[in-house]
Amino acid sequence: MRPSTLILGAALLGCRVEQRPPARFDLGRPATAADIAPIDIDVNPAGVGLPAGQGTYDQGAHVYAAKCAACHGVNGEGNGPNPRLVGAEPRAGFPFGKDFKIPKTVGNYWPYATTLYDYVHRAMPLPAPGSLTSDETYAVVAYLLAENEVVPRTAVMDAETLPKVQMPARSHFVPDDRTGGQLFR
Amino acid sequence: MAEHMMNRRRAIGVAAGMLGGAVLNGQETPAPPAAPADPSSTPGLPSGALGVRSPFEAPALTPVGVTSGASLSPLQSLAGTITPSDLHFQRHHNGIAVIDPQRYALTIHGMVERPRVFSLEDLKRFPSVTRTCFIECSGNGRSAYRTPKATMTPQDVDGLTSNSEWTGVPVSTLLREVGVKPGVAWMLAEGGDAARLSRSIPMHKMLDDALIAYAQNGEAVRMPNGYPARLLLPGYEGNANIKWIRRLKAIDQPNMSRDETSKYTDPLPDGTARQFSFVMDAKSIITSPTYPMQLSSHGWWPVTGIAWTGRGRITRVDVSTNGGQTWTEAELVGSVLPMAHTRFRLMWRWDGGSARLMSRAVDETGYVQPTLETFRRVRGAGTDYHFNAIRTWRVEPDGHVLFEG
Repeated sequence: MRPSTLILGAALLGCRVEQRPPARFDLGRPATAADIAPIDIDVNPAGVGLPAGQGTYDQGAHVYAAKCAACHGVNGEGNGPNPRLVGAEPRAGFPFGKDFKIPKTVGNYWPYATTLYDYVHRAMPLPAPGSLTSDETYAVVAYLLAENEVVPRTAVMDAETLPKVQMPARSHFVPDDRTGGQLFR
Repeated sequence: MAEHMMNRRRAIGVAAGMLGGAVLNGQETPAPPAAPADPSSTPGLPSGALGVRSPFEAPALTPVGVTSGASLSPLQSLAGTITPSDLHFQRHHNGIAVIDPQRYALTIHGMVERPRVFSLEDLKRFPSVTRTCFIECSGNGRSAYRTPKATMTPQDVDGLTSNSEWTGVPVSTLLREVGVKPGVAWMLAEGGDAARLSRSIPMHKMLDDALIAYAQNGEAVRMPNGYPARLLLPGYEGNANIKWIRRLKAIDQPNMSRDETSKYTDPLPDGTARQFSFVMDAKSIITSPTYPMQLSSHGWWPVTGIAWTGRGRITRVDVSTNGGQTWTEAELVGSVLPMAHTRFRLMWRWDGGSARLMSRAVDETGYVQPTLETFRRVRGAGTDYHFNAIRTWRVEPDGHVLFEG
């Protein structure tokens, strides 16, 4: 091979190497604690993400009356598209698959108590989502859990106690077993 | 010249009247359009900054609810497979977020080596992927299942599915930038809307074909569909395709968010509730002839509709005109893309008698769209999502078409 061909070949190769996309483009910028903290609002079933603070049934009754009852009803009975929240029945059988008219409530359908904190703090009340303080959220969670007869009215909800609450519906939830193919599940 | 100007002015006036009337009166009652008797003998309308629909056409979404609502897509008005962007179904849980693209940020954090913030411009600088796929709300078909009415249109029955060409950056590309730590099995995806909607997505899906999509059908994603960027999970239930996405958090266990526990789970007759039922199984619906059509004369009619599956490609659609006693394989029209609406058609000669029209989709896994009877038996009367049973339309001897269930 003539030297000029080699040089041309090397130049082409060099060109290609330079243009090949890297594994990382180093676009964007490092996320700081100040970027993450305001949006890192999730709470998981182990309680990771639960903040300091606490709340009781009595405090929660006041928060509920002021911030929740207008949409969800004075007794958590729901109203139109605003779901019913309270109802311990049915306590056995989990018959929801047979009858859609049985209202699904915190007490009879929600499998994790931590979800209640996550969701209320994240998305409620609808006109001002995220406006409840940690204490207010713990309080309304304590109120709703007690109204659903999941915890006693004396229970104090905080980062320690909430993840330990056992929800009645928990054991009924199963992973998706559909796989495609000929078996309809 | 003067005469020409006069004609032209009159034409513009007519056009303005037409369009103004259409807009002012809304989509329900478009003003009767005034078209010249011979459009070929008079100059047409001036050039416009936007291509507007003919005033003779008024397809529209049907919104249900206000801030926490759904708008159903007019399936019976559409041809082919692409849903026009302004007719894409909508579902939002606390209003349509209005987000300034200059202030938009996607943060990826949690169990990653290098947590990062990406601007919209950053996202657009990565190599992009463009693909066509459907998004279907997993509650699609609920009212037709629970409370069927003869006067339901395809839009009423199954209008919460739409099909677009999406462009965006693969989530796998972004994950290389941040470096995922060992032990990560899920990613929490969260919207920047007032619902801060959040879902836990399996890591394998994120690495496989998830996109952060910023374009829809050739332009920026429409505001109700997640502007300026949304998560796109081909084949997964709509709710998991988080709109207005603001963060992804690498996690080791699912978050058990509201929308993966108390909602978007499937209670079954055996006393269980199926969770993380992401994939939308094969389904089809005839879009014509359907209510409120009346067949105007005997003879040949196309029985046409859409079929789709979250498990790959549609391989076959069968059509029955006698309520499922016999089936005929329909033609698949145009492209058959994975996780995308596929158009089917069977030419049918209507002899004036009554008929019961059904369509049955089959996908590449061998899955066959179930009959309503099978669906009821297996899933139960109370089940909440994934309503993919075969739909039936009854043609009356006078040509009227009614929804049967």
